[in-house]
Amino acid sequence: MNLLKWSKRPAAGVEARKPEVNILRGLVARATTPLLPDDYLHLINPLWSARELRGKVLDVTKETDDTATVTIRTGWGFPDSYKPGQYVGIGLQIEGKWHWRSYSLTSIGAGENKTIAITVKANPDGFLSSHLVDGVSPGTIIRLQSPKGDFHLPEPVPGKILFVTAGSGITPVMAMLRQLSAHGQTPDIVHIHSAPTRDDVIFLDEMEQLADEADDYDLNLQLTKEMGKFDVSRMDEWAPDWRERECWACGPVALLDAMEAHYEDGGLRERLHVERFAIARTDHGGEGGTVKFAISDKEAEIDGATTLLEAGENLGIQMAFGCRMGICQTCVVPLAGGYVRDLRTGEERREGERIQTCISAVSGECTLDL
Amino acid sequence: MAITDIDQYAHLTDSDVETLGAELDAIRRDIEESRGEADAKYIRRAITIQRSLAAGGRLALMFSNKKVAWAAGTAMLSLAKIIENMELGHNVMHGQWDWMNDPEVHSASWEWDTTCPSVQWKHSHNFVHHKYTNVVGMDDDVGYGILRVTRDQPWEWWNVGNPIYNLTLGTFFEYGVALHHLETEKLRSKEKTYRQAAKDLRVIGTKVGKQAAKDYLIYPVLAGPNWKTTLTANFTSNIIRNYWAYMVIFCGHFPDGAEKFTVEEFENEDQPRWYLRQMLGSANFKAGPLMRFMSGNLSHQIEHHLFPDLPSSRYEEIGVRVRELCDKYDLPYTTGTLLGQYAQSFRTIAKLALPNSLLKATSDDAPETASELRFAIREGMTDHFGVDPETGKRRGLRTALRELKNSPVRSAHVGRAASGSPGRNQN
Repeated sequence: MNLLKWSKRPAAGVEARKPEVNILRGLVARATTPLLPDDYLHLINPLWSARELRGKVLDVTKETDDTATVTIRTGWGFPDSYKPGQYVGIGLQIEGKWHWRSYSLTSIGAGENKTIAITVKANPDGFLSSHLVDGVSPGTIIRLQSPKGDFHLPEPVPGKILFVTAGSGITPVMAMLRQLSAHGQTPDIVHIHSAPTRDDVIFLDEMEQLADEADDYDLNLQLTKEMGKFDVSRMDEWAPDWRERECWACGPVALLDAMEAHYEDGGLRERLHVERFAIARTDHGGEGGTVKFAISDKEAEIDGATTLLEAGENLGIQMAFGCRMGICQTCVVPLAGGYVRDLRTGEERREGERIQTCISAVSGECTLDL
Repeated sequence: MAITDIDQYAHLTDSDVETLGAELDAIRRDIEESRGEADAKYIRRAITIQRSLAAGGRLALMFSNKKVAWAAGTAMLSLAKIIENMELGHNVMHGQWDWMNDPEVHSASWEWDTTCPSVQWKHSHNFVHHKYTNVVGMDDDVGYGILRVTRDQPWEWWNVGNPIYNLTLGTFFEYGVALHHLETEKLRSKEKTYRQAAKDLRVIGTKVGKQAAKDYLIYPVLAGPNWKTTLTANFTSNIIRNYWAYMVIFCGHFPDGAEKFTVEEFENEDQPRWYLRQMLGSANFKAGPLMRFMSGNLSHQIEHHLFPDLPSSRYEEIGVRVRELCDKYDLPYTTGTLLGQYAQSFRTIAKLALPNSLLKATSDDAPETASELRFAIREGMTDHFGVDPETGKRRGLRTALRELKNSPVRSAHVGRAASGSPGRNQN
């Protein structure tokens, strides 16, 4: 009998910085079952729980008019190392309801200090981002999810790099720049960054200082109000040797689409790494769309009156179901991506929320891990 | 036999039922739109209170050799178990707090502090009981597979033990609930195989093992020399919780006036009629704020059955509006004191130990179950129902029930009606 495994079992899936902690957690859980000791401890200090990662807002600093860096002290279980360029899931409770979004980390995970930072741009239609920039006060407890994402520099770092960023797309790249300079690494970097005016450039001082100090960092600001949009097809004018560079690009959908097309044409698609922030959002009047079942690798076009449960069953997927009228919660699953609409209330639900498949229809497109 | 035509029983026309449904939909919408910070605070506070009581109780019981510590510890632990069962476990698993999007207070992730595995509970309770509420033969809560709670269930010789089974169920209620999912009736009727039951039983066994180990092994061991008194304290608090939960739950569907329904009724049902069945099939009991909290707001069983997934803390407010609707449509709103409601439930269960031939009322006109036929017993009685042209007041089910009750000729007519149409009654 694997005693070690037995000890850890109640804490399976709990993120712990040191795996040994879960042995203790699992043993104590025999007395706190069906809860974990964390469920009691976080009543004393909200950060003393690794069952669901938590953090506490330490500070909110304005970067530009509509951008702020939020510094967060992380609680138990949050990994102290992550890759610059990765993003982190943030949950904030507003009017009783937790809202979840992902933001790029702008801190670089320097070992011991247990704080992270995200830089958030307040979107006019971004409910949560406005709250983070203007409304969140230090001391607020938030929820966190472990850092994720493939948008980061490889080891070893390539010798020649191209960064193409626009607006708040700078955030993951800023983390990469900070990491490189913290590690004293000096690859040859060409950076093209677009923003409407100088005032809108997040981290302007830091980037300009870096450009002054480091010979190999070539910063090209594209101030679109006076200079017009960055035209991907004229890439040669900014970086004649772009074909030799590994490129990381982050920004609005249109820019990334153009970048992808450009690299595709050049036969260099594998050189380009992109990070998409915006999911194709439906307008609120739209109904129906594509539902994807990721694990079964199936998808269907359905109308706004067909439930996800029906859609799945029609595709032959084993779907959990119960009452089929929205009262029993048997069919609840996390929404892995996209948007759905609650057929009873018309409310739109988005990625990260848990939904009942029997009363939800797709709104634009959505993905379920089924 | 139980209600077959709910419109006729409720003395409502098609359009009445439609508008009633729309008005109940409006209540749901209003509550959903107004859920917010205060509700979230309420449930967070309830969780804090419950966990503090649990921790305090366990701590006090470390010194359970002292009588005061034993009593205080047992009391705190009992309260914690009751709150966890009723206001937290039951309601969270109904999805009442899913709107908060909090992964820790969510129907998909909550495991409650009792022997019934929550995944099974969500099936047997949330789905089977709440969808098929009081449909005889479909809702396993009608008798829990062992009790005879309505004259519609055929009498068997072993039903003589009805009151004893009932009290035994109360004592070991958490185990009764855990075994509920086995669906013994379906096993008997071969709708379910023993292999499936064995699978369910394994899941139940694992949970029972964890729960029992905690109360009867781990804490006694931690208490060292006080192991024996810790053991008795834990046992006592489980029994207290069991009786309380059982009592609250039995007051929800078994007092007089909580109606039962036939499969025929269910088959022709739409959403407004589903609402109507919930209203007629459930019963409340009167409670102040503390009692409401301790019963998980199931003192508002009617509201809970209409809106099982709306926050329990709003049932009192919803109840005001539901009572208004009952007045408007002249429908009964079955309620009474806790003890009164329980006494009625127990009386029915005791009575039903006997076969129908020894009982006075018929299953069309008994305290615990009735049908639309009960109104056919007096000639012309249904004729003057509807809206009074002079006062504009509605004469509906509530008025009819009252008249029936006050009718001096009632019993004779019941007898005649029952024997006069045996075909319908014994179906």
